Amino acid sequence: MSARRRVTIFATSLLVACMLASAFLLRWVDQLRTNATLEEVLYISSPKVLKRMSLGYDGLLADIYWTRAVQYFGGKHHAGASRYDLLAPLLEITTTLDPHLLVAYEFGSNFLAPAPPNGAGMPQRAIELAQFGIRNNPDDWHLYYDLGFIYYMELHDYAKAADAFARGSQVPNAHPFLKALAAQMAQHAGELQTARMMWSATYSTTTDASIRANAVAHLRALQVDEDVTNLENLVRFYQEKTGHFPASFAEMEAAGFLRGIPVDPLGQTYELKPDGRVQVRDPDDLPFIEKGLPPGYIPPKKPRFLPTDRN
Amino acid sequence: MAAVEIAGLSKTYNVGFWRKRPKCALKPLDLQVEEGEVFGFLGPNGAGKTTTLKLLMGLVFPTAGTARILGMAFDDPRVKAQIGYLPEQPYFYDYVTSRELLEYYARLSGVAGGERSHRIAEMLDRVGLRDSADLQLRKFSKGMLQRVGIAQAILHDPKVVFLDEPMSGLDPMGRREVRDLIEQLKHDGKTVFFSTHILSDAEALCDRVAVIHLGELRGVGAVAELTASVKGKVELVWRGNKVPQFFVSLGAESHISGDLVRAVIPEASLDAAIDALRRDRLQLISATPVRTPLEDYYLAQMKPAPAAAGVTA
Amino acid sequence: MNARIAHIASNTFREAVRDRVLYNLIAFALLMSGAAILVGQISIDIERLVVVNLGLTAVSLFGVVIAIFIGIGLVSKEIEKRTLYTVLSRPVRRWEFIVGKFLGLAGTLVVNTFFMAVGVFLALLYVSHHFQRADGWLLVALYFIILQFLIITALALLFSSFSTPLMSAVFAFALFVIGSFAEDLRGFAAMTHGLTRWLATAAAYLVPNFSALNIISSVAHEQAVAGRFILLNTGYALIYATMVLCGAVLIFERRNLK
Repeated sequence: MSARRRVTIFATSLLVACMLASAFLLRWVDQLRTNATLEEVLYISSPKVLKRMSLGYDGLLADIYWTRAVQYFGGKHHAGASRYDLLAPLLEITTTLDPHLLVAYEFGSNFLAPAPPNGAGMPQRAIELAQFGIRNNPDDWHLYYDLGFIYYMELHDYAKAADAFARGSQVPNAHPFLKALAAQMAQHAGELQTARMMWSATYSTTTDASIRANAVAHLRALQVDEDVTNLENLVRFYQEKTGHFPASFAEMEAAGFLRGIPVDPLGQTYELKPDGRVQVRDPDDLPFIEKGLPPGYIPPKKPRFLPTDRN
Repeated sequence: MAAVEIAGLSKTYNVGFWRKRPKCALKPLDLQVEEGEVFGFLGPNGAGKTTTLKLLMGLVFPTAGTARILGMAFDDPRVKAQIGYLPEQPYFYDYVTSRELLEYYARLSGVAGGERSHRIAEMLDRVGLRDSADLQLRKFSKGMLQRVGIAQAILHDPKVVFLDEPMSGLDPMGRREVRDLIEQLKHDGKTVFFSTHILSDAEALCDRVAVIHLGELRGVGAVAELTASVKGKVELVWRGNKVPQFFVSLGAESHISGDLVRAVIPEASLDAAIDALRRDRLQLISATPVRTPLEDYYLAQMKPAPAAAGVTA
Repeated sequence: MNARIAHIASNTFREAVRDRVLYNLIAFALLMSGAAILVGQISIDIERLVVVNLGLTAVSLFGVVIAIFIGIGLVSKEIEKRTLYTVLSRPVRRWEFIVGKFLGLAGTLVVNTFFMAVGVFLALLYVSHHFQRADGWLLVALYFIILQFLIITALALLFSSFSTPLMSAVFAFALFVIGSFAEDLRGFAAMTHGLTRWLATAAAYLVPNFSALNIISSVAHEQAVAGRFILLNTGYALIYATMVLCGAVLIFERRNLK
């Protein structure tokens, strides 16, 4: 038996050694090729041809491309990239393969349109994507919402946004807020309330974790903007009344101007500057805010969402 | 030195996919084959003959026991160079010619380069395949394949040759040729171990035989020894319709049809019976053995209770 | 030892060739000629692209099919037809048999690929009228395809050593498909948690990495290939094939040839 035993021992140890070596080499190859597979999408000049070549397995292929799109964006977003060149082709291929993959259109409207680093900065392509989605799924109200969202948030074309919302509200089983939003556009476009409505709508209707986290961050930012505006107004009022800027919020509270020390949506107290400006304590934690930023503030390359935001 | 020594070799298979049930193919076997012997391994189909040979060849691994061939452990790679094997109903590669096949086997057996072509030509001659040497094997008949099989078994001049049912599929002339071949091998001093269920071949060729049934060895020994314990019968046919008293007193069965009488008597009484017939002036037509003695012995071993004759040799 | 392996390999090669495996080259030649002529007549500017894509894909697919269909029978057919018995009764070790069979089929595929490569280059010449620098990378793509064949052959041989031909074909083909998406699989695994992550990662690393060996579209677009990448892929393919062969040897050494 000894010859056989020797062969067994040798083969087993060689097998284990090779297994470990191959795993190690795989990691190395993966590092070398981080985006190589994804970059191949640039070579697919015609998604329609790809669909035909997939021999009826386009659904599965769509799922694969969708997952690649999510990973691509998430990975780059996390690394603080400033370009997302492959996101548009990835989403376009995904939706060509499976025109009914609604979450892809939603992803496009949330992340294809905004400017970097929060998105790919391609609002026009995002619009084309949403319109493609509407053509293929005319009875899905989400897509009209997505379209209107892009017109409102990125292009500030309130007329077209209202039109999209209005069309969407005609669809059977449409969410009631579409009608409300359409109406809101006419009077209060550009206002904080409208933005808040839209982000709340996105938050409550999406199933995608990234989109939800993004929406929460925006809602927080709107809250901060509103708070800072109100607080600065109050401070100015105090100054007019008393002739000097308050030294602290406690002073204002004592004088009956405030009820309690104001805190931001993350629970941090706002800071009151001697010149009457109100600032947030930790601007890095609050992406998207437009008010309450320290002068000369440069936002970090990697926008921070709280872990809990994803749930 | 014994050419083959088998000690307690046994094989039990576990059959079934979910619940494995044990199936015993070979019960512990003890057997010895002397050098230069022609040894017959007899038994019906499924008795364990092929299992034994496969165990010796290392194609199947034993559940227990061991064996030695030419003094070396049976799984020692050096043994393989000294033995030849013909499997049951052999089959070879479709698209190769017999010459190429033997060339392949010769190389694998380590036959020296210079000798190869000479040896191969000799082998093809010996098994009568010289004319078909360059024909592709897929065109060979069963008998021709059998002959190729024998050729590859003795090609490298092994000391011990193991043949599993060498006569199967052969016409009477083919069988005659194989028998002659085996005789020749014996003459060359080789040890031949072959399994068969054709008893007449075994009777003609073997020095010793073993009978195996249902995985168990039932008897081993020289043919003469084994058959001594069994008394054969003879069937006599004569013209006339008279049954002499002699036959009646023997208690022999007799049967009259037309003007012929048949009677079956013990072989030992043959001479006396023929005398009896002559005395009564009855014309003897034929005297035929009912069964060969070996057949009687063989069939006796097939009965459930193991025969007492011969255990380990 | 080496001599025996070489003999088994050459016998395997001879059996494959005489089993008319090389006739597939006729089908391939017809395909390439037809495509080249067709493409040359109808589309502009992308003839080279189409010929390279189609040619290399055909080389890859034809070869995988051959590798699987011959590979699955390498051991099981020999057992079924009992040709194996007379081989193993000689001073041939079981592992030598496996290695010899592998080398024989791998050699067949290399020869087959060589002829196909000639066909691809001829078709390329026909549509482009001259060779470019970038055409050199096609050789790398073909080399990678051969590496793929080594892995597939080893896998087919592994399954053949213990399974029926049908199941072997199914498993080998399944691994080919899954391996082509191996990078995605590793990505998925990274997104899961807990025990699933463990199992998924283990599976993702065990599956053969065909996705890195498929550089057909980048070569079609005249992209260069990094030298380090070639080395890594070579190492990976050889090590992976060795690993699989070890598995085949371990199984075969133990097998009772009933």
